[in-house]
Amino acid sequence: MINVYIPGDSAAVSVGADAIAEEIMQRAQLASLDIKIIRNGTRGALWLEPLVEIEVGADRIGYGPVQLADIPSLFDADFLHGGEHTLGIGVVDQLAWLADQDRITYKRVGIIDPLSIGDYESHGGLAGIRRALSMEQNDIIAEVTESGLRGRGGAGFPAGIKWKTVYDTGSDTKYICCNADEGDSGTFADRILMEADPFTLIEGMAIAAVAVNATLGFIYIRSEYPTAIKQMESAIGIAREYGLLGQGILGSRRTFDIKIRIGAGSYVCGEETAMLESIEGKRGVVRSKPPLPAITGLFGKPTVINNVLTLASVPAILADGAGSYKARGVGRSLGTQIFQLAGNIKKGGIVETGFGITLDQLINNYGGGTLTGNPIKAVQIGGPLGAYFSSKNFDVSMDYESLVAAGGMLGHGGVVVFDTAVDLAVQARFAMEFCAIESCGKCTPCRLGSTRGAETIQKIIDGDNPDFNKRLLLDLCEVMTDGSLCAMGGLTPMPVKSALANFPEDFDQRVEAAK
Amino acid sequence: MTFTTWSKEAALAVLEPIRDEPGPVLVALQNIQAEFGFVPPDAVSVIAEFFNVSRADVHGVLTFYHDLRTSPPLANQIQICVAEACQAVGSRDLEETIKAIHGDQVSDAFCFGNCALGPAVMVNGKLIGRATAEKISQVLA
Repeated sequence: MINVYIPGDSAAVSVGADAIAEEIMQRAQLASLDIKIIRNGTRGALWLEPLVEIEVGADRIGYGPVQLADIPSLFDADFLHGGEHTLGIGVVDQLAWLADQDRITYKRVGIIDPLSIGDYESHGGLAGIRRALSMEQNDIIAEVTESGLRGRGGAGFPAGIKWKTVYDTGSDTKYICCNADEGDSGTFADRILMEADPFTLIEGMAIAAVAVNATLGFIYIRSEYPTAIKQMESAIGIAREYGLLGQGILGSRRTFDIKIRIGAGSYVCGEETAMLESIEGKRGVVRSKPPLPAITGLFGKPTVINNVLTLASVPAILADGAGSYKARGVGRSLGTQIFQLAGNIKKGGIVETGFGITLDQLINNYGGGTLTGNPIKAVQIGGPLGAYFSSKNFDVSMDYESLVAAGGMLGHGGVVVFDTAVDLAVQARFAMEFCAIESCGKCTPCRLGSTRGAETIQKIIDGDNPDFNKRLLLDLCEVMTDGSLCAMGGLTPMPVKSALANFPEDFDQRVEAAK
Repeated sequence: MTFTTWSKEAALAVLEPIRDEPGPVLVALQNIQAEFGFVPPDAVSVIAEFFNVSRADVHGVLTFYHDLRTSPPLANQIQICVAEACQAVGSRDLEETIKAIHGDQVSDAFCFGNCALGPAVMVNGKLIGRATAEKISQVLA
């Protein structure tokens, strides 16, 4: 029996992994070769997808990106026994792009069979929850606080402090809500984790529940992620059967279960209070804070709200201790960050490494420059509400504080690369248009300001009284920043202002042309 | 994809399993749409009555979310991602090209989480990476 790994990840499938798996199976059967195809998650090297891996002895030999037309020559090269082929990348674990990373949260991603809890356990799974169940609740929370883990959704709030707030409330009903509404363009780390290693998220939520005394959790997954939804549903079912969820988890006296709620195409529902409204079945309109969701959250009860990556980092922290986690990173940005390289990039995908890597290392060393081969003109970090940086910022250290100091933010760790074809005035206008479409409508600066902002940028593009309109735009940005309840209206000015500041020529040239 | 023809009885059969669901209105609308292909006008009062909430509440939720439709779906749904990462690899040009071919069946979407292999297009629920007009036509064929 030969084990063949072909990712079932939706990105790999989007470039043909299903057809490749079918074709390899058929040909193997014709040749009377006994193979077993395992649909693992992606390794995160999306530029190699579909990546076919063959287990040869203790190693996995990779071939990618495989197209249907390559399959006959792969069989000719006897790839099922690790034969040499132009698509061969050798032992996958030794590929520098992967080997140089520091995978903690993503330790099992792409390696295990995602729905095999036996595989999960033999690769270090369940050690965190087992240790947590043997600890005092205060000690679990202290361990998470000590690790320095901060919210990976974008806000960067210390996870342990949030948990402590929920723990300290006296309520008999508490909830764990996992925010899997990963709407930022350029981010896909939540999706890949849910598809490739769903038990890690379940274990992380269970640890949170044990720590704060919650008995029910919700995962709010966006509807654009049908494969992740299916994978999490299956994994929850398996976890219940195994006893990781339900009454008396893993033989303890603790009870915890998880429900999945599916989004309905609203970006703003990724904002934590809008998400709560949506889980309650209402319009996704943001709430004002205070009260904090940690005190008055879902259905009015104390609620831990964490992003997928935050919760998925917890099992490793509990298993290996806070010290090992916080030994990574820089300053107050401790541990690892799962960066996502996207857009016009040659080698896009997941790079998990300690905070403090430079942007240049990410986009040039890992990313290999643009897909088109043109020079990189702009990089947007942190999703549609993040700043556009020019080459003068490429040496910025990728951590929470340094990015803020540079006029941007880390957000969910998405890095979107643009080549010289991009027009930053058009991108700035798009930021306002996107806000106009997705605003929940509660705050006037966001609801109306976004439309006025798009109009004003159009005037600048048209050369209509540009100096006055630039001042007006900056004034509007100030009103939106200071006058909006949540990050939607509050941060939409960030891409706009950074485009103006870092790429003034894209706004000025038009003025010249119009004169 | 085939959908059930609207009837109040069929709608009640969809709602019954979620009777005790906490905060049920959005789930109810999603399940109704999955069953009938869209949310027919009569569904609003049926849901309101079933869960003892106001019709205004149901209408409010129905009109807030982009996913929910109040008319039957077109034969094909071609959603093209026009968010930043796909823009960076030419999704705006591709959008123009495929709108010229497939017309109203093309709609905009914001991110399928396939940002390293853009442009991303979803055709009747099937995600296509490094999308081209040819690949889309092949899926439709």
